[in-house]
Amino acid sequence: MSTTTAADDKRQPAGKGEKLADWADGRLGIYTIAKANLRKIFPDHWSFMLGEVALYSFIIIILTGVYLTLFFKPSMQEVVYDGSYVPLQGIPMSEAFASTVEISFDVRGGLLMRQVHHWAAIVFVASMLVHMFRVFFTGAFRKPREINWVFGFLLLVMGMFDGFLGYSLPDDLLSGTGVRFMEGAVLSVPLVGTYLQMFLFGGEFPGTDVIPRFYTIHVLLLPGIMLGLLVAHLFLVFYHKHTQFPGPGRTNNNVVGMPLMPVYMAKAGGFFFLVFGVIAAMSAIATINPIWSLGPYRPDQVSTNAQPDWYMGFSEGLIRIMPGWEFVIPGGYTLNLGVFIPLMLFGLILTAPMFYPFIEAWVTGDKREHHLLDRPRNRPVRTGIGAAYISLYLLLLVGGGNDLWATHFHLSINAITWTIRIGFFVLPVITFIVTKRICMALQRRDRDKVLHGRETGVIKRLPHGEFIEVHAPLSQEELFTLTSHEQPKPVELEAGTDENGVVRKAGMAQKLRAKLSRGFYGEDNQIPKPTADEYKEITSGHGHH
Amino acid sequence: MKKLSARRRHPLAALVVLIFALAATGGLYAAFAPAEKAQADETSQSLAIEEGKKLYTVGCSSCHGTGGQGTSDGPSLVGVGAANVDFQVMTGRMPAQQPGAQVPRKKVVYTQAESDQLGAYIASLGPGPSVPEEEQYDPAGADIANGGELFRTNCAQCHNFTGKGGALTNGKYAPALDGVSNKHIYEAMLVGPQNMPSFPDGVMPPEDKRDIVAYVDEMNGKEATNPGGLSLGGFGPVSEGLFGWIFGLGALIVVAIWVAARTTKAKKS
Repeated sequence: MSTTTAADDKRQPAGKGEKLADWADGRLGIYTIAKANLRKIFPDHWSFMLGEVALYSFIIIILTGVYLTLFFKPSMQEVVYDGSYVPLQGIPMSEAFASTVEISFDVRGGLLMRQVHHWAAIVFVASMLVHMFRVFFTGAFRKPREINWVFGFLLLVMGMFDGFLGYSLPDDLLSGTGVRFMEGAVLSVPLVGTYLQMFLFGGEFPGTDVIPRFYTIHVLLLPGIMLGLLVAHLFLVFYHKHTQFPGPGRTNNNVVGMPLMPVYMAKAGGFFFLVFGVIAAMSAIATINPIWSLGPYRPDQVSTNAQPDWYMGFSEGLIRIMPGWEFVIPGGYTLNLGVFIPLMLFGLILTAPMFYPFIEAWVTGDKREHHLLDRPRNRPVRTGIGAAYISLYLLLLVGGGNDLWATHFHLSINAITWTIRIGFFVLPVITFIVTKRICMALQRRDRDKVLHGRETGVIKRLPHGEFIEVHAPLSQEELFTLTSHEQPKPVELEAGTDENGVVRKAGMAQKLRAKLSRGFYGEDNQIPKPTADEYKEITSGHGHH
Repeated sequence: MKKLSARRRHPLAALVVLIFALAATGGLYAAFAPAEKAQADETSQSLAIEEGKKLYTVGCSSCHGTGGQGTSDGPSLVGVGAANVDFQVMTGRMPAQQPGAQVPRKKVVYTQAESDQLGAYIASLGPGPSVPEEEQYDPAGADIANGGELFRTNCAQCHNFTGKGGALTNGKYAPALDGVSNKHIYEAMLVGPQNMPSFPDGVMPPEDKRDIVAYVDEMNGKEATNPGGLSLGGFGPVSEGLFGWIFGLGALIVVAIWVAARTTKAKKS
């Protein structure tokens, strides 16, 4: 009795903060949410922060974008410029262009805001792509995270298209050329191309509708959907818990790391400001999209170096390396394959990553949950496919900038184009083979390290004159890390006969699957990791060195 | 008057009239014709041609032929004009170092005086555009905005928005206009050297050419400023993308590694 009284006495009256928290908990249930999530554990690795870079640059884009909407006029009404930038005075232009020049020169902080907005967009898409590659090469897309992979993919694609629309909004000579390019691509679609074009532009190119329409899509529709997807993406990261690299103490059923509160709250908060700082510094140092020197768009003008922002660069590469095939079908219909084939390839290259998790799951027959990451070398075929994709992507980027390669390396643009045409078919194959071989070699090296230890660089001379290098055995932790991964068996065709002795026919799909599965996990496609027996045998004394 | 009229039939009258007429013509000629100057000019002109021919024989004739008629290694120079010579020689393009897709700009080997002599010789082979006077390409007072519009219409498709140059087919290229003097830009428009089309005065009036010169000077000249910071070469999205990947994402990855490396380590039990 007395003890309870003493305890009651010691307890201090609830402070203001606690009262507020109580009030909020009574209405929002924040205690339960906080209890469940604030101590959520996240593993530590720098590559897990790439997605954060994307998240923070997205926030920066929204903040600066709101500022820009206050001054930008999404109108194609023709005006004559009379602002403070002399080389454009007296030139007729659209209101969109005039207001962008005004933002650049006559709005306080306008040019910096424009540059932060644009540089953040460049970094945003780049970081999404790199984040996606991290997820790909470590196998983090496997069950249960396939849906989140698709969400991330959709964010990337929408980020790209929203970036393209934003780049088009100032209605300058560069972006106008880009819009014209897009119009050409739409027109090249057989049967419906002309209808689509008329629908999109509200008449003949360029018309007066396209900038206001792009504006609505750029500031409202796509960012709205992206925000929703982003929340879903983050929610799923919480729900699935974060993946981790294999190592001692780390299993498929735990997460080893630091709690969200306070460690990751502080880290993530600080990292946001670091990202903001780097992007702001870039924007203060380097100019991006100097529309005042590009001039307003006029359909009769064009400049060299007319390229889209880098994330659309591979589409530019496709169109630049494609021969200009055009046929007139009897009846007067033009089939412009020179544009239509690149358009199809663009869609194919863009959407292929979305399907990969499902394809791999089907081929390998793997339906288990995975929370431990793969080391890229232990999955040579997947790593090879990823590397081949990157090589193709980079090749097309070179193709998209072939004129700059020509002028800066003193090459013939025709020679570059032909090299890329051939490389388009050859390079991904070579990259796949080479990457796979490198992965297998690294597996052999791991095996060697486990069985024979680490090379110390110490050379010892034996009494009979032989020189040997001293190998130091690995620690238990290192041995575990190098050997903990599993090496799946390829999916076999079901046995030839069923229980009644009837021959079971394997379908085409089954056969294909078995073949692909052997390609993934067959004997020639992974180096058997050392077994415990082998290790004991070799370290027990005889035959050592 | 009567006296004069009475003697109009005098045998010497015709002679007197003739003397008067000759005196008037001579006087008028002396008054109006720049006789002295013309004579001196002719001498210096013919001297320049003479000197130019000597220089030509030494430096140019191996490719362009002994009389400027051209050979398989170099085009005919008849009728190209002194402006063309001034452009090619004073930007260092001529004499050419080696045959190729295009003769590049390089160190100038002739003096202005020598170049003028060469120009005089070439101009004597056939009529062509002459070297422009300074007021023709003086950017002061020109309409920069008009120049910009003309530049984007006629020049940007090869030379880029602000004259940073661009690629043409088979190793040919439109050179960057950085550091090219106003006079040479004017001459290039006038004569259309190498792969460039020419814009003679009938196609593009001299005032428009001057406006373009003024625009290039404003955007690309020595005193040109870039309000946004580093121009990254002025090549547009390709160099911007490269910069964004290397210095933007590259820096952020370095920062991420730094942040990830600084963490509270769990105590080893």
